[in-house]
Amino acid sequence: MMNKSKFIAIGLLILGAIAGVALLLHGHTIDVLVPKGTIAKKELDLLVTATLLMLIVVIPVFVLTFTIAWKYRASNTKAKYTPDWDHNRAIETVWWAIPFVLILILSVITWQSSHELDPFKPLASSKQPITIQVVALQWKWLFIYPEQHIATVNYVQFPVDTPVNFVITSDAPMNSFWIPQLGGQIYAMAGMSTQLHLMATDPGSYNGSSVNLSGRGFSGMKFIAKATSQADFDTWVSEARKSPSALTTSEYDKLARPSQDNPASIYALAQADLYDGVVMKYMKP
Amino acid sequence: MSILGRLTPDALSHGPLAAIGLINVALAGAVAMAIAVGLIFYFHRWQWLFSGAKWFWKNWLTSLDPKKIGVMYIALATLMLLRGVADAAMIRTQQALSVGSSHGVIPVDTFQQVFSAHGTIMIFFVAMGLMFGLINLIVPLQIGARDVAFPFMNSASFWLYAAGMALINLSLVVGEFAATGWLAYPPLSELAYSPGVGVDYWIWSIQIAGIGSLLSGINFLVTILKMRAPGMTLMKMPMFVWSVLNSMILVVFAFPILTATLAMLALDRTLGMHFFTSGFGGNPMMYINLIWAWGHPEVYILILPAFGVFSEVVATFSQKRLFGYKSMVWALGAITFLSFSVWLHHFFTMGAGANVNAFFGIMTAVIAVPTGVKVFNWLFTMYRGRVHFRTPMMWFLGFVMTFTIGGMTGVLMSIPAIDFQVHNTLFLVAHFHNMIIGGVVFGYFAGITYWFPKIFGFKLNERLGRYAFWCWVIGFCLAFIPLYILGLMGAARRLDHYDASMGWQGLFVVAGVGVLVIALGISFQVLQMIISVLQRKRNLDTTGDPWNGRTLEWSTPSPVPFYNFAIIPGVHGRDAFWAMKQSGVARSQHPQYQDIQLPKNSAMGIYIAGLSFVFGFCLIWHIWWLAAVGIVGVITCLIIRLSDDDSEYTMTAAELERLESKHSGKDIRS
Repeated sequence: MMNKSKFIAIGLLILGAIAGVALLLHGHTIDVLVPKGTIAKKELDLLVTATLLMLIVVIPVFVLTFTIAWKYRASNTKAKYTPDWDHNRAIETVWWAIPFVLILILSVITWQSSHELDPFKPLASSKQPITIQVVALQWKWLFIYPEQHIATVNYVQFPVDTPVNFVITSDAPMNSFWIPQLGGQIYAMAGMSTQLHLMATDPGSYNGSSVNLSGRGFSGMKFIAKATSQADFDTWVSEARKSPSALTTSEYDKLARPSQDNPASIYALAQADLYDGVVMKYMKP
Repeated sequence: MSILGRLTPDALSHGPLAAIGLINVALAGAVAMAIAVGLIFYFHRWQWLFSGAKWFWKNWLTSLDPKKIGVMYIALATLMLLRGVADAAMIRTQQALSVGSSHGVIPVDTFQQVFSAHGTIMIFFVAMGLMFGLINLIVPLQIGARDVAFPFMNSASFWLYAAGMALINLSLVVGEFAATGWLAYPPLSELAYSPGVGVDYWIWSIQIAGIGSLLSGINFLVTILKMRAPGMTLMKMPMFVWSVLNSMILVVFAFPILTATLAMLALDRTLGMHFFTSGFGGNPMMYINLIWAWGHPEVYILILPAFGVFSEVVATFSQKRLFGYKSMVWALGAITFLSFSVWLHHFFTMGAGANVNAFFGIMTAVIAVPTGVKVFNWLFTMYRGRVHFRTPMMWFLGFVMTFTIGGMTGVLMSIPAIDFQVHNTLFLVAHFHNMIIGGVVFGYFAGITYWFPKIFGFKLNERLGRYAFWCWVIGFCLAFIPLYILGLMGAARRLDHYDASMGWQGLFVVAGVGVLVIALGISFQVLQMIISVLQRKRNLDTTGDPWNGRTLEWSTPSPVPFYNFAIIPGVHGRDAFWAMKQSGVARSQHPQYQDIQLPKNSAMGIYIAGLSFVFGFCLIWHIWWLAAVGIVGVITCLIIRLSDDDSEYTMTAAELERLESKHSGKDIRS
C-alpha cells in the first residue's frame, strides 16, 4: 500500500537527484539552454514550446497509467470488472483526435520554423554581413576570410550583432559544424558547399566542434568561436594580416595532411579563391 | 598475389587490450572445456561426447521445427547481448576516464571499433535475433498452424543469421572491425579513408545476416496470409500476429534496399567503383538516403512485434479483451505506411532545404498519432480489468514510462530547427535508447517471460525477474538521463576524449554507473534462468494455460508437442481460446485424429550458411579462388535441396493418438 512515508521518500529521492545533477553541473553551462545568438535563442524558444505541447499528452499518460493500473489491480475486488468491454467509439475518437490536433499545431510550427530558421537563409540586419568560408580537414577546421584576406585554424572570430555567413565544405570525410550557443549544426561535405547563417548577440568565447564521426582525430576537431566588438575585430584582422605564415596552395596541401589536436593558428591568405578550388577538386572527373 | 589474398599472420596481432580480452575468452573456453572433459573422464563416459553431439545435431541443429529454431535464435541473441553490453561498458569506461591530460584505457582505433560493433551487434544480432526468435516460437501457434510456410527456408534464414554473427565475432580475432559507426557512412567507409578489412567485415556480416532476415520476412508473411486455422479471418487474428504481419511487410520492402546498398559499397571497396566516393561522380549523400530508407523502417520492424507482445500481455494480465482492436489494427497499418516516408529526419542537417525538411518533419510527427492511440488503448485495456502485476506486466509499465519520454524527445527532434541543436549529440543517443531499450528490449523480455512456460513447460522465477526489471529500469534512467543533459551541453556522440573544462565527466560517470546497474539486471536474468531450471518442478505448468490466456497457443499442452496441434482448431472469433473456455469446448472429448505431414530434418541450411560464411570471409580478405568455391557451393546446395521431393514424412493418426494420450492425463480441463 502507498502511504505517506513512501510518498515523502520518493519526493526526497527526486529532490536528491535534482540536487545531484545541479552539483555536477555547477560552474558549467548547458550550451543549448544558454543561447548567445539570435538563431540559438529562437531554437530554444521552439524547444520549450514543443516540450510544453508534448506534455499535454505525456503527463495524462503518466497519471492514467498509474491510477488505472493501481485502481484495477487484481486484489481490489471492489473495482468494476467488465471483461468483455472492448471498444467505445466516442472514447477512441477522442484519443485519435487529441494527438491529431496537437500534431496539427506542431505541423504549423514545424513548417514555419523550418523556413524561418533555415540555415541557408541570410539574416536580416542593418549591418553588412561577414562571410567566412569553412573547410573541414583531417582533423581540424580551417576558416577562410575572403574579404579580410586572412585564414585561421581551429579558431574563428567575428564581430557581435553582425550576421555571419558561414559557407562550409570538407576536404575530408563528412563532418558537422556546430557552435551550440549560437545556433544549430550543418554538415560539411566534400564537393558540396552548405551554408549556415548565425549572429552572436553577446560578446564572448563559445565552444564549437564537429559532431559527426570523421575518423581517428574526430574528437580533437574543436574550436573557439569568439564574438567581439567591431573595433576589436578590426584590430584582430589587421594583426592577423601581418602573420608570417601565408596560406598558399602548397601551404594548404601541407595543412590538409592528417593531423590531430591542432592548436589554433593564423595565416595571411595568399590565394583568394582557395575555397572554390577545394570544392571543385571533387567535381572534376 | 598470395593464395590467401591479403590475409597474413599480421591479422592476428592486436593491441594489449584486445590481447587481454582474447586471453580472457580463451581462458573461459579452456575452463569450460576442462570441466566438460573432467566430467566425462570422471564418469568414464566418452560415448557421452559423441552421443551428445549426435543428439544435438539431430534434435536441434538440423531441426526444421520453428520452436527449436526460435529457441536457438534467442540463445544466440542472448550471447550477443552479453557482448553488446560489454562493449557498452567499455565505451562508458573510456568516456568517464578520458578527460584532459588522460586518454583513458582504450586506444582511439579500438574505441571506434567498439562503438561501431556495439550498434551493429545490438540491432542486427540482438534485437533481430530476439524478434525472429519470438516470431518463430509463437506465430505458428497463435494462428493454429503446425509449421511455417517454408520450413527449410526458415532453417536457412537462421543459419545465415548465425553465419553473419560468426563473421562479426571473428573480426575480434582475425583482423579488425569497422571504425566508422554502425551505419558506416561514406566517404569515411570508403577505401580512401578506411583501407583495412574492418568495413568489409561490417558489410559481409550484415549482408549475410540481412539476406537471412529477408527470407524470414517472406516466410512469415506467407505463413500468416496462407496458413491460418479455418475461421481465423484477418480481423480475428491475435494482435501479436497483426504486428508481425506489418513488421514482415516492412522487412520485405526494406531489406532489399539494405542488400543493394551494401552491395554497392562492397563494389566501391572491392572493385574500385565510385557509387558513394567523394569525387569521380560518386555521391555519399545517396548512400545516406538509401541506408536510412532501410534504416528507418528497420526501427519499426523491431518495435511493431514488441507492440504486439504488449497487446497480448496487457489483455491477458488484465483478464479483459484488448481495447480498441480495430483502432489497433489501423494504427499498425498507419505506422507501417508512414514509416517509409520519414527517413530524411535522420539527416535534416545535410541541408536539403526548408520545404523538404518541413515535409519529413511533419510526417515524422504524424507517426506519433497512431503510436499514441496504441498507448491509450493499452491503458483502457487495463481500465475495468483485473490487473495482475506479473513480470511481463511490470515490463509493460516500464515500457510506457520510458517509451513515452522517448516519444516526446522524438517529436522534439522531428522539428528540423530543434534537430539542428541536438542531432549527432548524446541527446539523440539517449532518445533512440529510450525507444530501443524501453520499447523493443522491454517488449521482448516481456514476451520471453510470458511465453517461456509454453515452450519449456515451467514458469520463470518471479522474484528474480522482478529484481532484473528494477535493475533495468533504474539502470536505464541512470545511464540515459545524463546523456540528454550532456547532449544539450554540446557533447557529440562517439567522442573518445574531451577537455576537463567542458564539465562533462561527472555525468559520464553517472551514465557508466547506469551501465553497471543494467549489467546487474542481466546477471539477475542469468541467475533467474539457472534457478528456474533447478526449481522447475515447483513452477511446472501442468495446464498448458498458466496465465488464463486468450489465444490459441494456450490451448496446447506445455511444452508444446513438436506438431503443435494434433487437430487444427476451428476459430469463431477473436481471443479464440478464451471463447472456447467460456463455452466449455476447450478440448474435444473424442478427437478424430488424422495422418499429418511434417518436414524432415535437413542439414542443408547449415551447409549453405557455412559456405556463405566462407564466401564472405574470402571476399573480406580477397581470397578470390575460395570465394568462388563458396558461392558455387551455395548454389549447388540450393539445387540439391530444391530437387529433393522427399522432404516430408507422415505421422499416422495412431501415433498421434498415442502421443496425445500422454498429455491428456495432465490436462485439468479434459
